[in-house]
Amino acid sequence: MSFLSVDNINVFYNEFQALFGVSMTVEKGETVAIIGSNGAGKSTLMRTIAGGLIPSQGSIRYDGADTAENSAFEMNRLGVALVPEGRKIFPSLSVEENLKIGGYSNRAGQWTLEKVYELFPILKERRNNGGTDLSGGQQQMVAIGRALMSNPDLILMDEVSLGLAPIIVNEIYTVVRQIAQTGTTVILVEQDVNRGLKEADRFYCLLEGKVSLAGNPADVTQDQISKAYFGL
Amino acid sequence: MNRDRRLILILSIAFIFFASFAFWAGRGTMNTLTEFFYLLAIAQLWNLLAGYAGLVSVGQQAWIGLGAYALLVSTDDIGLPVYAGIVVAGLVAGVLAIPTALLGFRLRGGYFAIGTWVMAEVFRLSVTASSDWLGGGLGRSIIVNNLFSSPSARITSIYIVAIVLAFGTVALTQYLMRSKVGLGLTAIRDNEDAAASLGINTYRVKMIIFILCAVGTGMVGALIALNQINIIPKSMFSVNWTAFMVFIVVIGGIGTIEGPIIGTIIFFLIREYLSDFGEWSFIILGVIAVGMMLIAPQGVWGLIKERVDVEIFPVRRLISAERLKSLGRG
Repeated sequence: MSFLSVDNINVFYNEFQALFGVSMTVEKGETVAIIGSNGAGKSTLMRTIAGGLIPSQGSIRYDGADTAENSAFEMNRLGVALVPEGRKIFPSLSVEENLKIGGYSNRAGQWTLEKVYELFPILKERRNNGGTDLSGGQQQMVAIGRALMSNPDLILMDEVSLGLAPIIVNEIYTVVRQIAQTGTTVILVEQDVNRGLKEADRFYCLLEGKVSLAGNPADVTQDQISKAYFGL
Repeated sequence: MNRDRRLILILSIAFIFFASFAFWAGRGTMNTLTEFFYLLAIAQLWNLLAGYAGLVSVGQQAWIGLGAYALLVSTDDIGLPVYAGIVVAGLVAGVLAIPTALLGFRLRGGYFAIGTWVMAEVFRLSVTASSDWLGGGLGRSIIVNNLFSSPSARITSIYIVAIVLAFGTVALTQYLMRSKVGLGLTAIRDNEDAAASLGINTYRVKMIIFILCAVGTGMVGALIALNQINIIPKSMFSVNWTAFMVFIVVIGGIGTIEGPIIGTIIFFLIREYLSDFGEWSFIILGVIAVGMMLIAPQGVWGLIKERVDVEIFPVRRLISAERLKSLGRG
């Protein structure tokens, strides 16, 4: 039994169907990338796993339990943390309070405020600043740190590189690797296909709400990926 | 002196100051102040509900009415002492708030507002239906002579309860906003989906606030009943109560603790001038509120804060750049 198994799910936004029979499995400790173009359903899949959306059909099993109907806060308490697309930092809260919110569910584990500050020393310096008074890269650090504060077993990272300078993206991914090394399972959504394939043990490519290709990055050719990505 | 201690000191001095009125002020002054403080209390509670938890209810008159009837029944029919009756009024409102929330929370935004109003009407009609026991549409009077030793004892007691409730709601709001619940509420107000995905049970946090506000408003309802003596469903369950709360909070500044205090003062001043206009005064109040929302949605307190960096109730979590600079200088 896999750590996470998504089986044949359909997800709708009202009348609009975003996912068509999507299935995926993730083993404990793996880093899995979800790639695909705009509107392919990557963020929808992440939000569904995190409990923000409920599939109309199909099942989701996480850590041995059926979680398809779970709400977002219940998934957080089971150890699933989402670093949302666009970061979603709370503007009324300081950097430190944004991080503390992540610890709201009081899950036990290795991550504490001090540990997060060790990971991102710049956040300690800026802890009394408003959460959205920081640069884009620093805000992304807050979003990752906030997710870590709930001591997740599975962390979902949605477009953590979006809109950031290449040097900052490298920094962020160095941290992502460190997090994966602590045994945390990572699922990342990337628009930068090469980055996604480089960081992940396995990948899923989505096209118009369906899985168009999946496997090990080393086993597929550039041509196969282009076809799966653009649907040519 | 740290900000919290300074606040406790200010609140204590204000409380003692107003409590002293009970010994020397005349009946008229005390009656006016009683009304001032109970309106402040229910406005502050509505501010907590709408301004902090985002639950825009227009059915808060349900708790006023139920509190009034709970007091009537628990004192006149059951024979409880008056203060126990006020507590019972809060509990009855709090218990009935649970099914109301279970139904109401299925609705969002404007639909939630309408839903709460409908629930308040359901409570009003249920009470009106009991003509033998509760006097139907004509209502019933509280036999206050059994509860207080003299008319002046009644006025003094009601006044004391009113200031306790007003200061209590201000202190409760301040305490909540500094607690973990407040941290969660702020996050929910900023972004409900993101808050939920970080382990905040948004439903539960809103439920807690909704029930707390019903309890407080129910106790004020009991107080209004003691003040008016005649308990008539039409006036106790009047939507005007909620209209006053909304007006006070919008004029003063929603989502701040200072706002409802300033709003209540302004409301009293305006009403004083409008007393000659009769029913028209409601239309004028409405026009002022709409104008305020269009021109300065942050209210009078918001306008003041834009010009001077003051904060009487330090609930602001964010330390602004200017404040950091001033701390550095200090």
